[in-house]
Amino acid sequence: MAGKYKELGTVLSQECIAPDIYSMWILTDQIAEEAVPGQFISVYSRDGSRLLPRPISLCEIDREKKTLRIVYRVAGKGTAEFAGLKAGDTLEIMGPLGNGFPLDRCGEGKTAFLIGGGIGIPPMLELAKQLKGEKLAVMGYRDSRMFLKEELEQQTALYVATEDGSFGTKGNVLDAIMEHGLQADVIYACGPTPMLRALKAYAGEHGIECWLSLEERMACGVGACLACVCKSKEVDSHSHVHNKRVCKDGPVFLSTEVEL
Amino acid sequence: MSRKINTSVNIAGVELKNPVMTASGTFGSGEEYSEFVDLSRLGAVVTKGVANVPWPGNPTPRVAEVYGGMLNAIGLQNPGIDVFVKRDIPFLKQYDTKIIVNVCGKSTEDYCEVVERLADEPVDLLEINISCPNVKEGGIAFGQNPKAVEDITKAVKKVAKQPVIMKLSPNVTDITETARAAEAGGADALSLINTLTGMKIDIHRRSFVLANKTGGMSGPAVKPVAVRMVYQTANAVKLPIIGMGGVMNAEDAMEFILAGATAVSVGTANFVDPTTTVKVAEGIEDYMRKYQVEDIRELIGAVR
Repeated sequence: MAGKYKELGTVLSQECIAPDIYSMWILTDQIAEEAVPGQFISVYSRDGSRLLPRPISLCEIDREKKTLRIVYRVAGKGTAEFAGLKAGDTLEIMGPLGNGFPLDRCGEGKTAFLIGGGIGIPPMLELAKQLKGEKLAVMGYRDSRMFLKEELEQQTALYVATEDGSFGTKGNVLDAIMEHGLQADVIYACGPTPMLRALKAYAGEHGIECWLSLEERMACGVGACLACVCKSKEVDSHSHVHNKRVCKDGPVFLSTEVEL
Repeated sequence: MSRKINTSVNIAGVELKNPVMTASGTFGSGEEYSEFVDLSRLGAVVTKGVANVPWPGNPTPRVAEVYGGMLNAIGLQNPGIDVFVKRDIPFLKQYDTKIIVNVCGKSTEDYCEVVERLADEPVDLLEINISCPNVKEGGIAFGQNPKAVEDITKAVKKVAKQPVIMKLSPNVTDITETARAAEAGGADALSLINTLTGMKIDIHRRSFVLANKTGGMSGPAVKPVAVRMVYQTANAVKLPIIGMGGVMNAEDAMEFILAGATAVSVGTANFVDPTTTVKVAEGIEDYMRKYQVEDIRELIGAVR
């Protein structure tokens, strides 16, 4: 099993790519070399009043250059601090954390849906780069101020839904799938819980294998504190109740494993 | 000058190689942190609370960050004593550290059942959690009333084969009352403080941040309260004290020791830096060298 590393990363670039959405490339010592799509890193504040790390998904991984890209939303003081970092600054990070998307569930002759909603979109870029087989990306944005769109289009066919209808299908990702009559053999998704819940139901109705990346408030990020649990169908291996740990057993779960 | 320094301390007859241990609930049973630290470097590992049967814990969100600290309302999720004995104790036995099992329950019988199950296990000390603010039954219900503290201490002592540490709540008017009650009940040591009951409100959603509404506050913001309570308790009872509450580094640990703690626990700081425990142990040695102190025991309660 790959290790986890607490490192001092170096910021290589920082860019605002949409309102409140930032893209940062970080040079790491070991984390990038062992990271896989769907994993995340814990990013630590330098301000002692903000103790807990912010879990942020990996948008791109360059193993050769030992770099990682995170694309994140400024949601509070911690992420605002990260957004203020400039090239050359350092930041404490830990990772790679979590399990990542199973790449072996798609391949030749199979088609995969890569579905992202809002700040769940970034991990889909590295997945699109690494996943074999036919890919159909379906992304849901709030409005036409989209991010990562061109980069996703370089990897895969892309369908877009916007909540306000200012671009692509008006509505959500499932509306886009219906409108275009899209079909796939397996789903990989990350996004808000209502979207994941709808995809779980859709996958159940159509008998499609569906992998969902969940989000929950975390503290330790390594499976010790039991803060970030989700309801699981089967008894979990850690506490022998029905609570899987999003940070360690996930964040990616088979849709039939979890109750949403 | 390279005189040998002694960092070992004694808690109720159990010799710890150094006074640094983990705070229950922040370190699991050590497995997750063994990727980052050599558990053999620690005086003891205090496990996450274990009950007689598995507990599912509270709904999420279970944690929230607050200024200089955090709130948690995990609700003592645990796999129950059967799994714990089979899986967690053998894991910890691989390391050269003392094992302190934190015990939780909803009734006196629950606590005693777990304590009895541990009687023949290779466990060094028991820590009885009568101060969890996040569970309705048991936990804090036992910890806020001196008479109840004395009774549960007596009941546990009757069946315990290992020395018993009573973990005290800071959510009381006078912690020396519950400390004296635990001493009267036959406790071998005390640990304090558990978390301070707190609340955080999301002003945008106009709702509680934690599903449990309230949670236990920990982290550096609570340290002055904890140091004060350790000092008061050390001057009220003769029992050894394990001090905790916002220990982030060796300087913090030294405050607790000078206030009267024989050992210190690192809790929330594990989430900030998974190697904090070892850094604290090393920093205590540095402090002793700097001030040419040969024996850590000279410093316990040195500030009066």
